[in-house]
Amino acid sequence: MDTHPHYDDVDFGTPERVSDTAVTLQIDGFAVTVPQGTSVMRAAVQAGTQIPKLCATDSLEPFGSCRLCLVEIEGRRGFPASCTTPAEAGMVVRTQSPRLAQLRRGVMELYISDHPLDCLTCPTNGDCELQDMAGAVGLREVRYGYEGLNHLKDQADLSNPYFAYDPSKCIVCNRCVRACEETQGTFALTISGRGFASRVSPGESEPFMGSECVSCGACVNACPTATLMEKSVIDAGLPDHSVITTCAYCGVGCGFKAEMKGNEVVRMTPWKDGKANEGHACVKGRFAWGYTTHKDRILKPMIRSKITDPWQEVSWETAIAHAASEFRRLQEKYGTDAVGGITSSRCTNEETYLVQKLVRAAFHNNNVDTCARVCHSPTGYGLGQTYGTSAGTQTFKSVEHSDVILVIGANPTDAHPVFGSRMKKRLREGARLIVVDPRKIELVQSAHVQADFHLQLRPGTNVAMISALAHVVVTEGLVNERFVEERCDAESFRVWRDFVARPDNSPEAMEPVTGVPAALVRQAARLYATGGNAAIYYGLGVTEHAQGSTMVIGIANLAMATGNIGREGVGVNPLRGQNNVQGSCDMGSFPHEYPGYRHVSDDATRLLFEKDWGLSLRKEPGLRIPNMFEAALDGSFMGLYCQGEDIVQSDPNTQHVTAALEAMECIVVQDLFLNETAKYAHVFLPGSSFLEKDGTFTNAERRISRVRKVMAPKPGLADWEVTVALSNALGYPMHYEDPSEIMDEIARLTPTFSGVSYTRLDQLGSVQWPCNAQNPEGTPLMHIDRFVRGKGRFMPTQYVPTDEKITPRFPLLLTTGRILSQYNVGAQTRRTENVRFHEEDRLDLHPHDAEDRGIQDGDWVGITSRAGETVLRARVSDRMQPGVVYTTFHFPESGANVITTDNSDWATNCPEYKVTAVQVVKVMHTSEWQDAYQRFNANQLRLLQEKV
Amino acid sequence: MNHDSTARAQHLIKMANDIGAFFEAMPDQHQAARDVAAHIRKFWEPRMQRSFLEYLQSHGDTALKPVVREAARTLNA
Repeated sequence: MDTHPHYDDVDFGTPERVSDTAVTLQIDGFAVTVPQGTSVMRAAVQAGTQIPKLCATDSLEPFGSCRLCLVEIEGRRGFPASCTTPAEAGMVVRTQSPRLAQLRRGVMELYISDHPLDCLTCPTNGDCELQDMAGAVGLREVRYGYEGLNHLKDQADLSNPYFAYDPSKCIVCNRCVRACEETQGTFALTISGRGFASRVSPGESEPFMGSECVSCGACVNACPTATLMEKSVIDAGLPDHSVITTCAYCGVGCGFKAEMKGNEVVRMTPWKDGKANEGHACVKGRFAWGYTTHKDRILKPMIRSKITDPWQEVSWETAIAHAASEFRRLQEKYGTDAVGGITSSRCTNEETYLVQKLVRAAFHNNNVDTCARVCHSPTGYGLGQTYGTSAGTQTFKSVEHSDVILVIGANPTDAHPVFGSRMKKRLREGARLIVVDPRKIELVQSAHVQADFHLQLRPGTNVAMISALAHVVVTEGLVNERFVEERCDAESFRVWRDFVARPDNSPEAMEPVTGVPAALVRQAARLYATGGNAAIYYGLGVTEHAQGSTMVIGIANLAMATGNIGREGVGVNPLRGQNNVQGSCDMGSFPHEYPGYRHVSDDATRLLFEKDWGLSLRKEPGLRIPNMFEAALDGSFMGLYCQGEDIVQSDPNTQHVTAALEAMECIVVQDLFLNETAKYAHVFLPGSSFLEKDGTFTNAERRISRVRKVMAPKPGLADWEVTVALSNALGYPMHYEDPSEIMDEIARLTPTFSGVSYTRLDQLGSVQWPCNAQNPEGTPLMHIDRFVRGKGRFMPTQYVPTDEKITPRFPLLLTTGRILSQYNVGAQTRRTENVRFHEEDRLDLHPHDAEDRGIQDGDWVGITSRAGETVLRARVSDRMQPGVVYTTFHFPESGANVITTDNSDWATNCPEYKVTAVQVVKVMHTSEWQDAYQRFNANQLRLLQEKV
Repeated sequence: MNHDSTARAQHLIKMANDIGAFFEAMPDQHQAARDVAAHIRKFWEPRMQRSFLEYLQSHGDTALKPVVREAARTLNA
């Protein structure tokens, strides 16, 4: 643990202020210079003096209620609160005096007179600000006694699975309420009552679980006493050390402190210096880490000949040797190209890099793909074609400078909640909001947030919408001509301009297609083009379409045409689904390109890798995931190494996927659990959780952050060591002693990573690529003076209706997505208390569609598409538009992907999850597929239990 | 080709036409055809390219959009 860098956790009391003007003041005789607007309290901390405080903390705006941080200022009457008093030039401040000491003791005396004196048995004993302040002010007695009216017998609320609320310990400092408002933006907490009756109250004096609380933990973090406390700490006691690491859930990539007792995690707290999250978290990263020690984890390697056989536990050596011999057998029998691998966006850069290296060097083909195939592969293609690099353009912090925010096909408050909170904060400050989404997502209307425009389009019509928006920009003279002239390719702009200006791309012409009134589209386009700094944030609602890549290109066109690229507050920002989607793409997981997005047919690049890896490499692209399935069914792809990915649950048209897997002769799955894919596997290699890993993740803003091991890998071998062992057994030796050496190799071979090393990451905390000699501390903003490809390239975006059309037989359109408390296929979150927030996938449908079908909330409904049928319970919701239904895919028994189809993006084969024509009817029993799944699943679990 | 193989080859025809649907929006159709061919070369694994061309040889190219037809001739060359 001593090898980990140490980062200070100083609480400055009030937030940092940024100003071009500095002021110098005297505090206790010492001069200190701070930016104008800085509080006296913060200036004092900067000068090395901690002023006692209770209601202040530097993640929240000052409140001035506790009266403990009083100071004396020369020339001023009374005792101003240092948290709410701005520092001024020439100010002379005293933080200690007999009178101040007397006042502070008096305040503390009052607090303590209504506070339990159970410090020795209190869970925060040793980590309590109230206790600290009592010591700091020298409180020695409470003259009021404890017999008067008090709150000491107030009942605790234990309803939340992760934290307790004990009002008997509450000092009503308001920090939790302010954290819920300012940091999280949910406004679930308030102070009910007045005077002595004032109490923290979730919602209308409800239990936490019954309120609008989203369990982000911001209130728990902010609480200075044991009032709001993690249950894990109440149970286990305070941690004795901590390690900074990176969350393994969504693409925000929050920095966390894993707080430990020995080698057990006691709690995960958001790292305040983590640049992606700046001290905030969500219910998944903050609390849902229990899966790492769940009883379902498989810790020993297993093999079997057929998927109908019981598993056999074997040594690592046996499992690796068996897998290698099977892959070699298949290559001898069916050809070199008969095997391949799938990397995971849940794995580290180093692990992912090694898997693609194994495929290219040891398998000697390019049949490697990643789960980014089914989420953001169109982002890679679209931004690569237009800007020259496959990544978002900004930092998350950039949104603080946005005047207009355009959210397309993304639901940040559920899928990227920490960034969603940051975005809501900016919206509360006055930024304007345009939402393009078939559903009325939370951002459209929630506490203190109201979208200026909700363009509630029909699923599958994104490209029609983006062309209509561009039409307005071009035909109403809203193009930023200077930007286009200086920064973009003139001929491509001319072609694009002529294309979007055509009458058939006008909002009026597209209104029958999108279902959105033309006037709204025109107003939204004007706002985006003229409202100041305008930023686009988009998600899988853009990419997971037959025209996913076209839409990404359309977004890139629009940002260029309006000059919204290359500075703070603007840009094109893909919100990546999983923690390391960006990284897995960067690391050469796609079958056509090496790390750093260089095509395998590029001779110079291939030669670079051939020299370093010591063998010749293939120059033809390999199979993408859907192509692997087709080849398996054709009998030419027979073996798969699948690391950390569950293709059976996450890929579309489940029955097609399982048929392909059943056609293969050797499937090797490396994972924490016997996931749905592993039930079709012949070799199971136990994986490690993020707490057992050393490596790096790269988040949606290209930020490379360290993942640090806080405990030994439970299966004995780390994931990277397993890949090395497999490669060695295949006859291609790999020589690494530590993951840092893998990163050194990546840096050596990848120009955009050439400045990255673990030493650099430890120094800087994190770094955004490109990180190289020109940008040794990374590149927060892309394309500032020029695009990576030189001149920005416009491309026409012809709207092509999807083949997935509604008919009398399938009259509704299904779209799929995620919910806050669950994560993707749910393998992790289903094995935590998060199931109490979301215990099943449901089908959301509009009240009109429900009424037409006689469906009521909670009814079982059958959903049938051209691909299959499943049954879920209905939720009647006016978040839906008539004709559109929605579900999540977090539970395997739901079979959400039984009904999604093989349709995919034209450029990348990213599946069209977001548009499936379906019929919904009330039913009384589960579907045929679900019955078959239950039998298959029960049998597979029996074969696991009967392992020999 | 058996029935399943034919169905899979027809899927490739659809994929190629989808690619063509994007590039045919370009004003220069010859360039668009070159772009379609380049896209297929860049992203389709050789087996896919072979199946596609074999299907065209045995079934003709009438199912293809004109821009893809021209691209296919380039691929064949």
